[in-house]
Amino acid sequence: MWEVFIRSQHGLAHKHVGSLHAANSQSAMQHARDVYTRRNEGVSIWVVRASDVVASSPDDKAALFDPAQSKVFRHPTFFPTPDGVKHI
Amino acid sequence: MTAKFDYLLRLGDNCLVLSQQLSAWCGHGPALEEDLALTNTALDLLGQARLWLSYAGEVEGKGRDEDALAYHRDAPEFRNLLIVELPNGHYGNTIARQFLFDVWHQQLLAGLCQSSDSRMADIAQKSAKEARYHVERSASLMVALGDGTALGHERMQGAIDKLWPYAHEWFESDAVDAQCAQEGLCPVASSLADPWHSIVNSVLAKATLAMPEDVGHQKGGKRGLHTEHLSHLLAPMQVLQRTYPAAQW
Repeated sequence: MWEVFIRSQHGLAHKHVGSLHAANSQSAMQHARDVYTRRNEGVSIWVVRASDVVASSPDDKAALFDPAQSKVFRHPTFFPTPDGVKHI
Repeated sequence: MTAKFDYLLRLGDNCLVLSQQLSAWCGHGPALEEDLALTNTALDLLGQARLWLSYAGEVEGKGRDEDALAYHRDAPEFRNLLIVELPNGHYGNTIARQFLFDVWHQQLLAGLCQSSDSRMADIAQKSAKEARYHVERSASLMVALGDGTALGHERMQGAIDKLWPYAHEWFESDAVDAQCAQEGLCPVASSLADPWHSIVNSVLAKATLAMPEDVGHQKGGKRGLHTEHLSHLLAPMQVLQRTYPAAQW
């Protein structure tokens, strides 16, 4: 199994688009091109062996993510912004 | 019929017939990835066929467009090479045929990019990018299948041996080829033989497949002398336009 990442245009980051079966990196690249870029989706492809991806475990969810809740002071919402500034 | 018209028909018909063949694998490929990849190739070839046949119709000047040429000619009026009308067989067979064709097609298109006819050169330039990928793909599949399991190896060798007699028609020049080459429209047919052999040789070696011995060549497609397979291929392709002429959707 291989995970496929496509960069849709220059300046953007590669984004995970899906996975596929392939015997080696060369055929993974060809398959990624054929399966995921048929409609002009990308300017660059990364393929990564699925087994090489280190993923967080669902069991660790509480320890990893819960502490970030209820810490509103980590959001930059306490600064007065001048009138007329739309995006910050 | 001018030589240029006939030559354009050959270019278009090769792409059209091979595209129709590959389309039969749609939904039947050995894996989703292969299925899509081969269908992509079929669509590339169909796009090329449209460009060549449209231009052929203009050169002929009798008001026939790409559809008239694709749907309203009978098998003897088709000018494709015999190799593209041979049955798909098993997947390895389809890939072997594709590989032999792709290597030749890429060489031909590279030559056509230098055509004295700017429209032909433009079409060739667009098609050459697609052909480059087709060769890369079919060559790597040849190696994967030929140098894989014992069964795969045996089947690929069988496929190459069977196709070999059909893989030389494209190098033989007739009056049409000779005249077009003389006018600078296309490369000399036989000039593609050396690069073709050297690429095919090296890929077959990597795939641990033996180069078949030359035992006579099959030809006739360029003159409209086809195998019985072509009619069977054209019937489902043409039936709708023949039954409801000018039908659109």
